[in-house]
Amino acid sequence: MAAEINFMIGGEAGQGVQTIGFILAKALSRAGLHVFADQDYESRVRGGHNFYRVRASDSELQALSEQLDVLIAIDQNTIENHHGEVKEDGVAIFDHDKLKVAGKKLNSLSIPLENLAEKITSNKLMANSVAIGAAIAVGGYAFELLDKVLKEQFAHLGKYVVDSNVKAAKAGYDHAIQSKSEYIRKPIKSIKLNHRILLNGNEAIALGAMAAGCQFIAAYPMTPASSIMEYIAEKAREFNIVAIQPEDEIAAINMAIGAGFAGIRAMTATSGDGFALMTEGYGLAGATETPVVIVIGQRPGPAVGLPTRTEQGELAFAVYGGSGEFPRAVLAPRSIEDAFYVTVKAFNLAEQYQIPVVILTDHHLASSYQTVNRFDLQKVKIDRGQLIPDKEAKNMTEYKRHKFTDSGISPRLIPMPGRSLVVTDSDEHDEAGHMIEDAGIRTRMMIKRMKKIDGLRNEIASPRSHSRPNAKITLIGWGSTYGAIIEAALMLEYDRLSVNVLQLNELWPFPALAVTSALTKAKINIVIENNATGQLSQLIRAETGIKPTGNILKFDGRPFSPSYIVKEVKRQVA
Amino acid sequence: MAGTTDYSPAMAIQWCPGCGNFGILTAMRRALVELGLEPSQVLMVSGIGQAGKFPHYLHSHVLNELHGRPIPAAQAAKIANHELTVIAFSGDGDGYGEGGNHFISAITRNVNLTYLVHNNQVYGLTKGQASPTSDFGFVTKTTPKGAWEPLRPLALAVACDCSFVARGFSADIEHLTDIIKSGIQHNGFSLIEVLQPCVSFNHQNTYDWYRERIYRLGRDYDPKDRINAFAKALEWGERIPIGIIYQKDRPVYEDQLEAIKDEPLVKQRLDPTQFEPLLNEFM
Repeated sequence: MAAEINFMIGGEAGQGVQTIGFILAKALSRAGLHVFADQDYESRVRGGHNFYRVRASDSELQALSEQLDVLIAIDQNTIENHHGEVKEDGVAIFDHDKLKVAGKKLNSLSIPLENLAEKITSNKLMANSVAIGAAIAVGGYAFELLDKVLKEQFAHLGKYVVDSNVKAAKAGYDHAIQSKSEYIRKPIKSIKLNHRILLNGNEAIALGAMAAGCQFIAAYPMTPASSIMEYIAEKAREFNIVAIQPEDEIAAINMAIGAGFAGIRAMTATSGDGFALMTEGYGLAGATETPVVIVIGQRPGPAVGLPTRTEQGELAFAVYGGSGEFPRAVLAPRSIEDAFYVTVKAFNLAEQYQIPVVILTDHHLASSYQTVNRFDLQKVKIDRGQLIPDKEAKNMTEYKRHKFTDSGISPRLIPMPGRSLVVTDSDEHDEAGHMIEDAGIRTRMMIKRMKKIDGLRNEIASPRSHSRPNAKITLIGWGSTYGAIIEAALMLEYDRLSVNVLQLNELWPFPALAVTSALTKAKINIVIENNATGQLSQLIRAETGIKPTGNILKFDGRPFSPSYIVKEVKRQVA
Repeated sequence: MAGTTDYSPAMAIQWCPGCGNFGILTAMRRALVELGLEPSQVLMVSGIGQAGKFPHYLHSHVLNELHGRPIPAAQAAKIANHELTVIAFSGDGDGYGEGGNHFISAITRNVNLTYLVHNNQVYGLTKGQASPTSDFGFVTKTTPKGAWEPLRPLALAVACDCSFVARGFSADIEHLTDIIKSGIQHNGFSLIEVLQPCVSFNHQNTYDWYRERIYRLGRDYDPKDRINAFAKALEWGERIPIGIIYQKDRPVYEDQLEAIKDEPLVKQRLDPTQFEPLLNEFM
């Protein structure tokens, strides 16, 4: 049986919940455990109620648990909202003089968070560091584990801040130890994980883009995509990358297309509403056959929706969006590790097929942290497709950017001094790239462009499946719901209900054959999606002719938990 | 060395006979030849409208963009390969209407490229609707009671401290050629507005109308005086100045980029393994 411990830290925005939550996750990762963490926050800078969850285990984790072992409450709302999630043998850490538990059954350990912070550092705001010290003590770990991470995380703020935080955390740690509380645990045994890294989905995408040779990102800030550009911008100077924050999303995609036309790998990142502004450029990339990678970080819509929450509402938008018809690829990473490799693939497909490629992620994947195998940079292969080499380019007398070919792919020349001229147009054009009105050329050019889908279809990997040969039920999901669905499948199995799982991460061109073969094996096919209309379900019907038997849809802005899926599956098959 | 025939039209010209764009084409061709630029050294990026067709009527690398969007793409292409001379083209609708936000930001960003806005105060390609620069009271199908107050784009540019602001007249080819050459030679974002009569849809602002009003800025005019330049940029009606209205050396965006100090991005080698140290930061 796997051993695990679940923490939650709750407080107002501005109380440092996110900072200490991450430090706790990092410390537990360093302790040699698998970690999964995420934050739930409101679209505000101060006040409100935010919480950060950290789950650590000696076996692999893909999702969060709804049951808490340790609840750290910095404000009263944390107790009011989450006391019910604390397990019978769990404990809540808070200051008994400040917060009340009136009428609630809750084991607790009182730590005077603010008083200790004030006494040790003369700064009440350090209460969060006191809390984290206490949390590490309750987990049964040595203070040294925390000490090192605190020093690293606050190093950029100078020695005074580092020392104060370490002192505050030590005070919390000592106070918890001295309490001799019955809730202090034995630590989960380290499993000596080598080559593991702790990061979130956006960091994985940013690293994937950089490894894939992306030299240019233009992006307008919008949750949950902003941190992709922020991470790349931070490293841009060191690695010769240009990161531009332009005036709007329209400029962002047109800049990425301009850079792509000029011959470098370029991307943009936004949310669904930002992508709404980009659809014109999406079509331009299709028409001019210019490679571009677009990350859509989904959040609940329509319009501004819930900016800091999660949803999977833009699948149909990515697959069908844009004026007219043009080939595109839509990829939706199923995990943080997958996000890195899918991003590399996106850049390769964009150049191989000279098309726009969408990476469909969401707030949940973007901002969750997970320990994953260190990315293998040796495995990253940059395939620039049919790019005309320098030598050949020099001798070329007349170049046709949109030359008719069997594959539909026209060899690509980078516009440079001394070379043949490269001409392309958003108007319909002939092989040389000049605008035309001729019906015959128009038809041939459309056929040429659409022909690229045939090759592209073969690049799409089959969905990840978790097969149980005798199972009568298949659960189907896409993208970031993988963790919750796979854990739900294991829980159902424990309850003697065997299910298959089919998780799609490369959605367009749609892997119709693989999906058909998986779905015809089971009697009950339930599609699980974070949206209101069942967009994957509709796509399955359109592309395979199979009507899934059921749906589990959730569109409250919160990610699926495994137990929610278990409950719903049991209800539907009862 | 390229001659004017190297810049002959790459396809049949679709403008109306007498279109003001022909003068701009001649001036551009001469300017490129006189500057000793070969077609393959030049990237032209255009929007949509009659001005959007312009690059097809010369020889160069061409990215004919969407309506209003040539400027974002032109800036990025210049950053990707700063060895190219980048020239962008819009009409008054494309550049000042649809692309207005990009126009303002390009001025402040100051990437080294030349931006020609063909201003005929009317929409040509869509057949005669009002544009952002149509004169007050100008009657069109979409403004039957007359157009509202026009934008003064050059004043906006001076207000935003655009590093090069000039105006030419398509019928004064010699003068326009010199302005285009100065704009291309200027290090920074160069805005060149060209007054260009639309013979089909603007019967108010005709060749004669412009000729009566246009005057060349004299040698005594100092384009470095911003306050004076702002006044000149607002001058419209009885008298319309042409020439370099404002010029200022400002830091150029790509000159500040460490990434392209040694060679253009497009010539740099890609190496996935150089990112190993970044992975260590996540351990």
